[in-house]
Formats: sequence, structure tokens, C-alpha cells
Amino acid sequence: MPPHVTVTDELEILGAHGGAKPPAGSGGGGGDDSRSSGSSGAFPQRIYVTGITIAMGAIFMFFMALVSAFIVRKGLGGDWFPFTMPRILWLDTAILLASSGTLIHARRLFKRGDRQGFRHWWAVTTLLGLLFLIGQLVAWRQMVAAGFYLASNASNSFFYVLTAAHGLHLLGGIAALLFVGWGRLRKMTLATGTEIVSYYWHFLDGLWVFLFLLLLLGR
Amino acid sequence: MSAHASPIHHSEAPKGWIRHYIFSFDHKIIGTQYILLGLSAVTIGLILSLIFRTHLVWPDAHIWGFANGIVSPEDYLRLITMHGTLMVFFVLTTVPQSGFGNYFLPIQIGAPDMAFPTLNMLSFWTTLLALLVLLSSAFVPGGSAIGGWTAYAPLSAVGQIAGPGQGLGETLWVVSIALFCGGSLMSAINFLGTTIDLRTKGLSLMRMPLTVWGWFITACLALLAFGVLLAACILLLLDRLAQTSFFIPGNLDVSGVVLHHSGGSPLLWQHLFWFFGHPEVYIAILPAMGIISHVLSTFSRKPVFGYKAMVYSLTAIGFLSFAVWGHHMFISGMNPYSALAFSIITLVIGVPSAIKTFNWLGTLWGGKIHFTTAMLFAIGFVSLFVTGGLSGIFLAQPALDLYLHATYYVIGHFHLIMGVAAIFAMFAATYYWFPKMFGRMMNEGLGKLHFWITFIGVYCIFMPMHYLGYAGDARRYSSIESVNYMIPLHPVHFFITISAFVTAGAQLIFYFNFFWSMGHGKPAERNPWHATTLEWAVSTPVPHDNFAGDYPVIYRGPYEYSVPGAADDYIPQHLAPEQVAKAG
Repeated sequence: MPPHVTVTDELEILGAHGGAKPPAGSGGGGGDDSRSSGSSGAFPQRIYVTGITIAMGAIFMFFMALVSAFIVRKGLGGDWFPFTMPRILWLDTAILLASSGTLIHARRLFKRGDRQGFRHWWAVTTLLGLLFLIGQLVAWRQMVAAGFYLASNASNSFFYVLTAAHGLHLLGGIAALLFVGWGRLRKMTLATGTEIVSYYWHFLDGLWVFLFLLLLLGR
Repeated sequence: MSAHASPIHHSEAPKGWIRHYIFSFDHKIIGTQYILLGLSAVTIGLILSLIFRTHLVWPDAHIWGFANGIVSPEDYLRLITMHGTLMVFFVLTTVPQSGFGNYFLPIQIGAPDMAFPTLNMLSFWTTLLALLVLLSSAFVPGGSAIGGWTAYAPLSAVGQIAGPGQGLGETLWVVSIALFCGGSLMSAINFLGTTIDLRTKGLSLMRMPLTVWGWFITACLALLAFGVLLAACILLLLDRLAQTSFFIPGNLDVSGVVLHHSGGSPLLWQHLFWFFGHPEVYIAILPAMGIISHVLSTFSRKPVFGYKAMVYSLTAIGFLSFAVWGHHMFISGMNPYSALAFSIITLVIGVPSAIKTFNWLGTLWGGKIHFTTAMLFAIGFVSLFVTGGLSGIFLAQPALDLYLHATYYVIGHFHLIMGVAAIFAMFAATYYWFPKMFGRMMNEGLGKLHFWITFIGVYCIFMPMHYLGYAGDARRYSSIESVNYMIPLHPVHFFITISAFVTAGAQLIFYFNFFWSMGHGKPAERNPWHATTLEWAVSTPVPHDNFAGDYPVIYRGPYEYSVPGAADDYIPQHLAPEQVAKAG
């Protein structure tokens, strides 16, 4: 059990579900108890962690379908013409990687109980996320300026589809950052909120690095 | 307990009629909404099939709603496209999983509701929107799509030029399916989260009813499959609306017009579609398998034979379903070596399927069988599963499939094993759970009449199709009169159409029984079938948060029937050992 969860909290979490012990213990199918790191356990917080994990599985399959299509379509050969990678994407990648760093820092401060520092770095993360999206729009402008349109060539089509799909998911991540940072959580504790948002954010960060390398090397 | 007796719901049921029945967060209402949505879709799909069966046999018959009263070849394709889409997506995918699953999964695992009630409501409304978008395509210029439920590229990707209905109609089809994917993904997240985290005390994985296992594995499949279809739909939409070339090859000549696309691959669509499409078959049938195991055990008064083998075979089918999609593409010109690989893996699925069938028969063997309507439909399911499964072994051979693929043989095969078998499971589920859902019994006499006509009827419809397939009768042809060698097959088609009308007529008995019993059926007791699982431990009607804060503890497996030494022939899962009456 992590140190910040008291015994009473755990009991409340259990009590919330009819005195049941977490199914993990009885069935071996759930996760470990340390996932429910809520500070007030009126609601079984672990379902949010489970939920976001499952959702990331679905998102992963969605992107893998697009990536498979990319590889198959390129493999057909003949009409695949590479585009010039917008240079701002290097900067953008750095920004997104940095945002994961600031997010880790924000959570560390939160766990220490430094609410002010947490909010500060949480805001920095959100701004870096927005900056990344603006950078993606600039990248699109650079592509258009260079004459690479959505339908010009399959390689360009995949560039727009992959960046747009990732960008939309990241927009959802920014909404989640804003909501957890400044919205009113009802059943979810702030600890759980920061936990699941950070999982999702790091996932999108890693996904972007993968997509960027794919576009860079595969275009 | 009192402060947070109901962790998911606010403890009181919503007051207003609209909040209670329309925009409800309650899994039971949402489950019922899904079932009614499926009932509407199946009714429309059934009527469409009667129209095209009529057209096949009486091509000159005047049918209301068509230009000059005549079904044109394009109309015929429209009818089969909409029939397939409605039935596969909005009936087979929706009702056994989102309908009955939503209603009974939380109760069977001792949870107050689904893990994410708002997401649950959202997934229903997204699915309803998808259905409305699909149906609206019938009223746009050009009418609804004619591209088949598989929407094969490139004709699904090039737009209006591919025929009436391939313009706006096909666009609406793709949008509808994309929305449906969204709804199904949200639903899958909910099913998985609920099963993993909200099981009550003592309910270990190996004590879960097989229905829960069916819904759980199905949700895994849906989670991994629908994201792929969503991606495919987005690429198809871009091909249609933004002139990209994902699926449209270069210099394609459609109706004398050369299109300005380059290098896309129609096969890519087939791969993406069937990577979704084959798990989809199991998304339709795995919940049905769970329901059938549940019902067979209850009415044989015996434990499910080989419970663990049932769980493992269910899981094995789930895994294998992602590795066999190529068997839908044997005639696409694929490499014979990959066809061989797909063929072998497909045949391997026969092993867990045979285990399941063996165990169902083992469950029946030596049981004190109660032939209720639900039980009859469950036994009917096993029969259909065997019949349809055997023809699947033929189709899994590439050499045979090359000949049979585009014939009625395939129609007969997948209707028996996927369509009708899953429908039989839905009927079994309806007759079995109706007392819990509506507090009244359905009429058993009418139910048995409904069963016998339907059971004989579906065999009369789909068995002759195997013969038609051997004879080379091509599917998707709007007229058999125009092909010389098919003309002698006309009497068989005539027989099928008559059987279809009789079978469809028998469904009126079901509709009557269903709606009449809601208000006038014999009042049901709490546990009319003397069954063991948790849905029969709660009162009828089921309270808003199922257990009113008093969550049961599970002491044993789900199918403790005819236990030696016990007074009753069933021991409910939640009964403490000291409460079990001993035989005197």
C-alpha cells in the first residue's frame, strides 16, 4: 500500500462496494490495490484507471490500423512520392516531450502536497500541449505552402490523417488537463484525475514519437 | 454504508418520466432501450428480406414504394445492403451484447450499475443516431447504398458514378457505421471496466456465470475490432469526399469515365474490413454461447458440463478470431500460401467450437430436462450451430471456397450459424429473462408454437440454399430468369420464399406474446425457474440500484444444480453454506 493511502481510506473504498474486498483478491483478475490511490475513497477510484487503460487499448488499435494501411499502401509502390518534412515538427516533438517532463514534475509536487506548485506545473503542461497543437497547424501551413495537399499523394494523405487523428486525441488530453486542473470533479478524486490524465498524456506523447519516426523514415 | 450506499448512482431513482425512461443512466433502462432498438431494426430488416424474396420469385409483382411498383436491379442491391447492415450491426451486434448484457451483467456480478453510467447512456444515443443516419439514407436523392454490407472498394469509394445510392446514400452509410463504431467502443470500455472492477465479494473469475464470460470476451473483441473499422471508415470517407487515393486504383474506368486517382488498393479495404469483420462474427455469437450455456444448465437441472473448458474455449475462439480474416478473401486473388495459412487457422477454430458443442450435449446428458420455450430455443441453437458449423468446414478450404464463395451456399452457411443461431439465443434470452425484466411470464403455449414454426421454418429457408450453392446459383443476382442454367432452380427459390413468409408470419406470434405478456401475463415470482445466479436473488421489478446497498456475497460457482445432499435441486450463489437446507 502506498504511504499516502491510509487504512481508513482503504476501508472506505471497500465499504463503498458493500463491504466487498477488491475482486483482485478473490479472483485474480483485477489490478493491485495500490492503483486506488484516492485520498477520499467514497467511490471505487480504480475503475477510472481501468477505464483509461482499456480506452488506450482501443486508441492503440485505431492507430495501428492506420499505420498498417500506411505500410501496405506504401508497399504497393509506383505512385508514392515523399514530401519534405516540415522542420517545425522537430521543435514540436521537443515541446511534447518537455510537456511529459513537466507533467511528471507536477504529479511529484502533488504527491508531496504542494498544491500551488502542482497547479503551476500543471498549467505549464497544458500550455505546452496547446503550443504543440499550434505547431502542428504551422506544420500543415508549411506543407500546403510547399504544395503538398491532402489528395496530392498517398504519402501526404497519410501525413494529414495521422497528424489530425493524433491532434484530435491530444485536444481531448488538453480538455482533460483543464478539467482536472480547474474543473469540478464529482466522483473522481484529484489524485485519480492527475493519475489517469498523466497516463493518457504520456501515451499520446509516446504515440507521437512513434508516428513522427514513421512519417520521417517512411515518407 | 448509508453515506455511500450506492457508489455509482445517486441513491435515488430519477423522478421525471423523461429522465427515467428516455435519458436514463440506469443500465436496465439502457439495456431495454437497446433491445427495443434491435427489435425495430430486425423488423425493418425482416420486411426488406421479404420484399427481395418476393422479387426473386415474382419479378413482376407490384410492390408499394418502388418506382412503377417494380424492384429494379439497383433496388434489389439496396434491399440486400440495408438488410445486411441492419441485421449485422443493429441486431446481432447490439441486442445480445448491449441489450441483454447491459441489463443483466451488473446484476449477475452484484454491481449497482455499469462502471460509467454516463458513457453507457452516450453509447446508446450514439448507436441510435447511427441507426437514424442509416435509415435517413432511404430518403436522399439516389436512395440508400447499393454497395453491400461490406462496402467493397473501389465502388464504395468513387461516389455517384458507381450507381444510384453510391452518392449521398453510401456517404451516409459510412457515417452511420463510423458512429456505430464509436458507440460500440464506448460500450466495450464499460463492459470491461465493470467486469474487472465491480464484481461483488467472493465472485472470482471462475465463479462468473458463463453469460458474463461471453459478454466479457465479446467486449475484448469489440474493443480491438471496432477501432480498426473506424479507421477504415475514415479513410473511405476521405476517398469519397476529399479525392484521396487510399482504396481507388489509378486510371480506374467506371462506366466509361476514367477517374483521376492513383495507386490505391481495393484489397486494403478488404483487409481492414475483415480484420474487423471476422471478430464481428464472434461478437455476435459469443454472448449467444454464454446465454445458451446458462439456459441449458438451468433447464437440465445440471451444472454446466466442463465449466472451465467452456471458459477456455470461449477465450480461444476470441484469440483465434483475429487470425482468420483472410478466409473471407480467398477469391480476392491472394497468395495461395497465405490462403493456406488462413485456412488452417480457420479449421483450428473448429476445435474450441467442438468443445463447446460437446459440453452443451454433456450438460443435457442425463439431465432432468424441462422443455420450456427458452430451453427449446437453446436446444435449437445447438442444432443450428452444428449445422452451420459443418458447412463452415467446407468453406474453410480455399479450393472449395473458390467455387462456393459467390453462391447461395455462403448465404445458407452464415445465416444458420451467425444470423439464426444468434437470433435463437436472443429468443431464449427473452423467454428466460422476461419474468425478471417485466415481472410477468410470457405465454408458454404461444412460445412453443412460435418455436416450432420458426425452427422448422429457418431450416426450410436456409438448408435448400446449400443445394442452390452447389448448383452454382450466384448470390446478389436480382433475377434468376436471365441466366439459363439457373432457371431450373426456380422451384427451390419458390419454396424458400414461401418458407420465409411462413416463418416471418410466426414472428407475429412472438410480437403478440411479448407485448401482451407485459401487461397481461401471469405475474412472475422472484425466481420462477429456480435458478442459481444473482439476477434471481433480487426482487422483481429490480430496484433502481439493483441491491439497494445490500450487496450479496458469493459462496459458490454459478451452476449448482441437483447437488447431492441438498434439499432443493438448486443452491443460489449467494446463499451462505449454513443457510443451505439439507435433504431430510
